[in-house]
Amino acid sequence: MASSTIAWDRIRDAGSKLTTPLHPDDYLRLLNPLWSQRELRGRVEQVIPETDDAATLVIRPGWGWRYDHRPGQYVGIGVQVNGKFQWRSYSVSSPPRRRGRTISITVRAMPEGKLSAHLVSGLEPGTIVRLALPAGDFVLPDPPPAKMLFLVGGSGITPVMAMVRTMDRRGSMPDVVLHYSSPTPERMIFRDELDRLENAYDELTVHRLHTDTDGMLELADLDTICPDWRERETWACGPGPMLDAISEHFEAAGLEDSLHVERFSLKLGEDGGEGGTITFRTSGRTAEADGATTVLEAGEAAGVGMPFGCRMGICHTCTLTLVDGRIRDLRNGDEFDQPNEQVQTCVTVPVGDCTFDI
Amino acid sequence: MAIADVKEYTHLSEEEVEQLGRELDAIRAEVEESRCDADAAYINRMITVQRGLAAAGRVTLLAGLQSKRTRTPAWIAGAGMLGLAKILENMEIGHNVMHGQWDWMNDPEIHSSNWEWDTAQPAEQWKHSHNYIHHQFTNVLGFDNDIGYGVLRMAREQKWHPVYLGQPVFNALLAGLFQWGVALHDLDLEAIRKGTKDPVEMKRQLRQIARKGRNQVLKDYVVYPALSGRQWKATLKANATANLARNLWAYMIIFCGHFPDGALHFTEEELEDETRAEWYLRQMLGSANFEGGRLLHILSGSLGFQIEHHLFPDLPSNRYPEIAVKVQALCEKYDIPYTTGPLHRQYGQALRTIMKLSLPNSMTSSDKPEPPSPSVDRRRRTDDERPRRRTETGGYYRSQTA
Repeated sequence: MASSTIAWDRIRDAGSKLTTPLHPDDYLRLLNPLWSQRELRGRVEQVIPETDDAATLVIRPGWGWRYDHRPGQYVGIGVQVNGKFQWRSYSVSSPPRRRGRTISITVRAMPEGKLSAHLVSGLEPGTIVRLALPAGDFVLPDPPPAKMLFLVGGSGITPVMAMVRTMDRRGSMPDVVLHYSSPTPERMIFRDELDRLENAYDELTVHRLHTDTDGMLELADLDTICPDWRERETWACGPGPMLDAISEHFEAAGLEDSLHVERFSLKLGEDGGEGGTITFRTSGRTAEADGATTVLEAGEAAGVGMPFGCRMGICHTCTLTLVDGRIRDLRNGDEFDQPNEQVQTCVTVPVGDCTFDI
Repeated sequence: MAIADVKEYTHLSEEEVEQLGRELDAIRAEVEESRCDADAAYINRMITVQRGLAAAGRVTLLAGLQSKRTRTPAWIAGAGMLGLAKILENMEIGHNVMHGQWDWMNDPEIHSSNWEWDTAQPAEQWKHSHNYIHHQFTNVLGFDNDIGYGVLRMAREQKWHPVYLGQPVFNALLAGLFQWGVALHDLDLEAIRKGTKDPVEMKRQLRQIARKGRNQVLKDYVVYPALSGRQWKATLKANATANLARNLWAYMIIFCGHFPDGALHFTEEELEDETRAEWYLRQMLGSANFEGGRLLHILSGSLGFQIEHHLFPDLPSNRYPEIAVKVQALCEKYDIPYTTGPLHRQYGQALRTIMKLSLPNSMTSSDKPEPPSPSVDRRRRTDDERPRRRTETGGYYRSQTA
């Protein structure tokens, strides 16, 4: 298998003599949009409604994708909306399979989130989307620890579900307690599947909390819900305030080392978020920038070979990929924080720490 | 006559010029805000058609030349499709993508930073010589190297020398070998001749050109002919014909941009303290459009809308027709000339200027409105001598490695 893949890559490389300055993939993708390694991409095969406002997208990745994500990791997905590619990251909810054909991500439509709403209700099967490689260290260790606790809120269930499904698929469920908060039973993603798994495994205990009627999880109650929580390795995923409370609680108990946290939303700096440390990933340099120093100036001061042109936001020569973090456009105050966003470094300043691909 | 100050050349007051600038800014903002799915679909469709034509042309030549019965039609169709594909790629796709017209899509495969086009010049050098030098310093004598491309004498202000008597021949050579002329453009042969070129930079540029040019030559003149077996000669001729057709077409379209009679030249005094609005005005007075149908405009990379392109080099080319309506209305309102005409007339004027200026000024008459100002010997400026400030789209940068 591996050797035939290498031979195929060689053939395509040789083919580039025929297609220069393009690559054979630039032509092959006209036959099948997935036949290209130029950029990772996938085709939406199915959109499965999970709740009223959440859906699972089953995506068939194209060439260059390796099905070796670790359970709990997220992928970037880029969708062209009104002509422009918008990027977001979502946890992969399907377990990794070496010979897999598809991956699944589960998305909840956020009230302010135009893209998430589009993904849940506006995406037709057959749509081609772009993908970024799996990332994140909120993952299931291999082998899993003997005793685990999951504290999840809302759509925070998705990375946890990938972990639970992986253990189910292997048929070896350790001692797992899952505490799942959701406003109402109807909004609980994967409700039926969790019922089934709970029945199938004595080792799996699921606590359901409906916060609209029963209120939020009080961490003091953890001693009654899961008396041995201090002995368990814990994964928490959900809204920011919930994670803040959990982190505090574990720190107070001196157990921060056994807690893994996954945040969905970017946490802004305490000072309102002007300036920060810019990391230039490829060149391995960093620069401190205040709220008035552009990314371009900071990079040049740090000795990074920054592309530039007009230095006034017109020519787009200085455009770089923002890998992580948030920047502000000095011209109009617009902020950009999408991973893989293309930004003009000559007119933008960092808002908190950020990372560029150069 | 070269104009030292556009504002004084026209009858407009300072406030009127600034007002014109604001109105042009408003047109830009309106188009930027309305870019949408339809625009993205346009460039994607153009790329699909172009790659389809290129593939069909190659396959037709490879297969069709093998049988005696299909040989002639296959040769004609194959060379035709290939030439058309090269024209579309260079003009409507490559040139416009490299200006950043489609960067707003956030699509890494259609982006000015990494587009490489199907011609001998490396994209990086094109973006410097064209986006920066030509678009920022448009028609300013001694600053814009596109005035005659360092080969031809295209303005009466350029000092005459007996070598220009050969201009009709140089012109024909430039037209036929256009892609190679363009490939050498950013090297600045004049600086090399005078020994002022940085040798490290020159080597780096030459390496880039050699690598790109080698791949282009291998593809069209070695690999595809070799794959054609006994018909290698026919394939080679068809590929050469396609390249020649693209060269002649690109040459003609580009000469219609700034050399017809209405397009004016400027002196470097104009660059001093030039405002954004005055920059707009210089672009309008220095460029010339030509008229034609939708197909002609697409095949010429929308450069029939040269005025609109120079005002808004980084707005999507499929929007130029609607922008042109608004720009013409502004020209009427402010009583500014809007130079346009049929393609044959515009090129005819450029060709006539080439012929005339091969002779000394005293032997020919000027076709521009004013009498000539005294001749000055102007050399090419290096980047260090140029003001670095607003460039309305000119993306360029030098990579650290070759």
